[in-house]
Amino acid sequence: MRRPHGHPGRLLTLLVALVAALALLAGCGGDDDGGDSGGASTGAADTNVKGTVSMTAVWSGDEEAKFQKVLDGFKDRYPNVTVRYTSAGDQLPTVLSTAVEGGNPPDLAAVPQPGLVKGFAARGALKPIDFAEGTITENYSQGWVDQGKVDGTLYGLYFKGANKSTVWFNPRLFEDAGVEPPTSWEEFLQVADTLKDSGVPAYSIAGADGWTLTDLFENIYLRSAGPEKYDQLAAHEIPWTDPSVINALTLMKDVLGDRQNIAGGIDGALQTEFPTSVAQTFGDDPKAAMVLEGDFVPTALPADSNLVAGEDYDVFDFPAFGEAPDAVMGAGDQIVMFRDSPAARALVEYLATPEAAEIWVEQGGFSSPNKNVDEGAYQDDLTRQTATALAEAETFRFDMSDLQPAAFGATVGQGMWKDFQDFLRNPDPKATAQRLERDAARAYR
Amino acid sequence: MAGGGNIAAAPPVPRERRRGRLRERLVAGAFLLPAAILLGIWLVYPALNTVVRSFYDRSGDAFIGIDNYRTLFTSDPLLTAIRNNALWVAVVPALVTAIGLIFAVLTERIRWSVAFKVAVFMPMAISLFAAGVIWRVMYEKEPDRGALNATIGAVSDWVDPPGVLSSARASSPALAGGTGGGFALRDTVAPGGVALMGLTGIRASEVPDDARDAVRPRPEPGTVTGVVWRDFRPGGGRPGVVEAGESGLPGVTVELRRPGGARVADTRTASDGTFRFTNVADGDYRVAIGPKTFAEPFDGVNWLGQGLITPAVMMAYIWVWAGFAMVVIGAGLAAIPRDLLEAARTDGASEWQVFRKVTVPLLAPVLAVVFITMVINVLKVFDIVLSVAPASVQDDANVIALAMWRTAFGGTNDFGLGSAIAVFLFLLVIPVLALNVRRFRREQ
Repeated sequence: MRRPHGHPGRLLTLLVALVAALALLAGCGGDDDGGDSGGASTGAADTNVKGTVSMTAVWSGDEEAKFQKVLDGFKDRYPNVTVRYTSAGDQLPTVLSTAVEGGNPPDLAAVPQPGLVKGFAARGALKPIDFAEGTITENYSQGWVDQGKVDGTLYGLYFKGANKSTVWFNPRLFEDAGVEPPTSWEEFLQVADTLKDSGVPAYSIAGADGWTLTDLFENIYLRSAGPEKYDQLAAHEIPWTDPSVINALTLMKDVLGDRQNIAGGIDGALQTEFPTSVAQTFGDDPKAAMVLEGDFVPTALPADSNLVAGEDYDVFDFPAFGEAPDAVMGAGDQIVMFRDSPAARALVEYLATPEAAEIWVEQGGFSSPNKNVDEGAYQDDLTRQTATALAEAETFRFDMSDLQPAAFGATVGQGMWKDFQDFLRNPDPKATAQRLERDAARAYR
Repeated sequence: MAGGGNIAAAPPVPRERRRGRLRERLVAGAFLLPAAILLGIWLVYPALNTVVRSFYDRSGDAFIGIDNYRTLFTSDPLLTAIRNNALWVAVVPALVTAIGLIFAVLTERIRWSVAFKVAVFMPMAISLFAAGVIWRVMYEKEPDRGALNATIGAVSDWVDPPGVLSSARASSPALAGGTGGGFALRDTVAPGGVALMGLTGIRASEVPDDARDAVRPRPEPGTVTGVVWRDFRPGGGRPGVVEAGESGLPGVTVELRRPGGARVADTRTASDGTFRFTNVADGDYRVAIGPKTFAEPFDGVNWLGQGLITPAVMMAYIWVWAGFAMVVIGAGLAAIPRDLLEAARTDGASEWQVFRKVTVPLLAPVLAVVFITMVINVLKVFDIVLSVAPASVQDDANVIALAMWRTAFGGTNDFGLGSAIAVFLFLLVIPVLALNVRRFRREQ
């Protein structure tokens, strides 16, 4: 039966409008023209540098605001340069890979994954930053300068560092349970047990973010297997099924296998993101006593909480294993250059100076690998402690997952992140080692 | 690629007359040219390129034939995605159409129908991604954060009020059991004995305010005495031993049972945690704490866990699209001639019969439009899955479009396999699209 005429027309119009609106919305997301550095003048003098620099990094929210202040400092020096900063958040590898593939990368990017930088350099997508080598060697220890090199060419400048070998705890809960910050792994497990008996889970695990789990593994592996093995595993020279890996996973099971000792249980942990894991550990109604993460934990504290360093939250070094020397596992964001322009060069040079780093240092939540940064600029003793440990560690190793091909080490929902989430769900060291080896082999192919 | 639906909306070329035919053709061509160029650049070329790319490997250098398609149908995560997508198509369009129909029919009859319609249509005004973020928070397992679990928790606490203590564990092997079934001492006690029931894992803040330090009671003839206490003091303390600084647990119901389990008497603990059963006949008894003491607070439904994630995402999706279905079906409803309904009623049809035999058949074309639109939408569902499902369960919630994005852009950067998934998705959409185009043609 046919319906009377007239109505389908209106319906059609409505549908067309809807489809068009949806198409428009979809279109908006995709194609942000990555900023052409138009009109860069030839004037080499600092005050004459003009133009626009586009820059992408993972920093968003609070961190973005703090970095913007650093950029404001740049603006004071180069009033004619406009820096357009875009945050790509966790999706930075995706955003950059796509932009490079499409031939439209930003001028500069701050990349937390050395593996990704290596990949870009191999494809010829990066411009060397040796023009700034003088400033960099003056301000950085040789170790950090070398971290920025790929096959001897300087591509990266570490602007921001992170000490990931720290454990943050709620001092009030430690006091209730009558425990002190532990120094050895045995003490650490004992403290966790006592905390459980006092009625509060010891661990706040951010299982929805796979990287928090890989960090925990890397800390345990670096200490239990030693730095040499660490380097070999990072380069995939030994397989993930190596006994040292299975041993580290077994040690990790002491933590993740203690199900009653994890806030929210395993189901809860698997949907807890990092900021939530921090928020639920500190404040009025704490749900757990410790967060096993790096020096950036205080930046994730709720902004309105007015928590006091040393009273409401405190930190201890990740516990040591036996006689092993102090080892710090950490990370950093490397500034790399995709497109050369005087304005971009000026910004790279600026970011290598202690003055630029101090702007962020003073705002807190920032550890600078820059050795000339004034220690007094750090807001509180805790940050000074973790930042100094980063600079003075006998052994420093870069976050292993960041050294991997992105598909294995830094991708949401696959590779290491996914395999360790499965390990949290079902802590079976052997099976997990096999899955890791399978995924690593695929990514290194 | 899925935007191919736009072609269907292109206006039909008007019929031309014989005179000046060539000129008119030129004019038509000139008018069509911009659209044709844009469509060519943005739709046709990328589509063809995607098909070509799907036969090449990850880097795009080597031709590998249908290997990518073979991977597509053999890799577990991708098969999960295909299976989930099938589930989506089977469930969601039908539910959205049904709910839209129910809302449309009901709103015709209520007084504040406009307000109701606005409320139901409102989710259409926000992006699917934002809707996903909203539901992501609502679904949180922790009742303190997730609105849904907070609601269920409030109701369940009202039905079954929580006990004095929420969580506790036996502090030593002398005590057996758990909070679910209650605790009981392993060894029997005879009159004159002392029952020590140490519990641990209790937060200091949960100990009742009137609690005092626990006291180990003296044995009394003909009486079973005992103490229930928080067997913990800063640093841990010795398990199973009443020590200074450990707090008694008042208000706990303690039962005296026969070894077989039959209850003899019960009593409540005093502020120092002690209790006594007087005038107990000779024999062996068991001392136990009933489960009533420990109603655990509601733990939360694991909406975002592996098992419930796909239904949870579907629910969020239906919430968004029900308004669209309601408005479109409502418009169709308004166009139904009233006299037909009146005639049916005059002939003695019940309201249900009118609905079944008159309204629904007359609405069939509109229902079909809604249904087909939803099938297309659901086939390419993407953003809401990405935003609702936490990364830890994205493999379980995976759908084809999400699998494509994760393969091509999610770090693996396998554009070959990604293209193959895209082509597969395109092939799935084509029949539905063709059906839709035919419908539009017929209606004109």
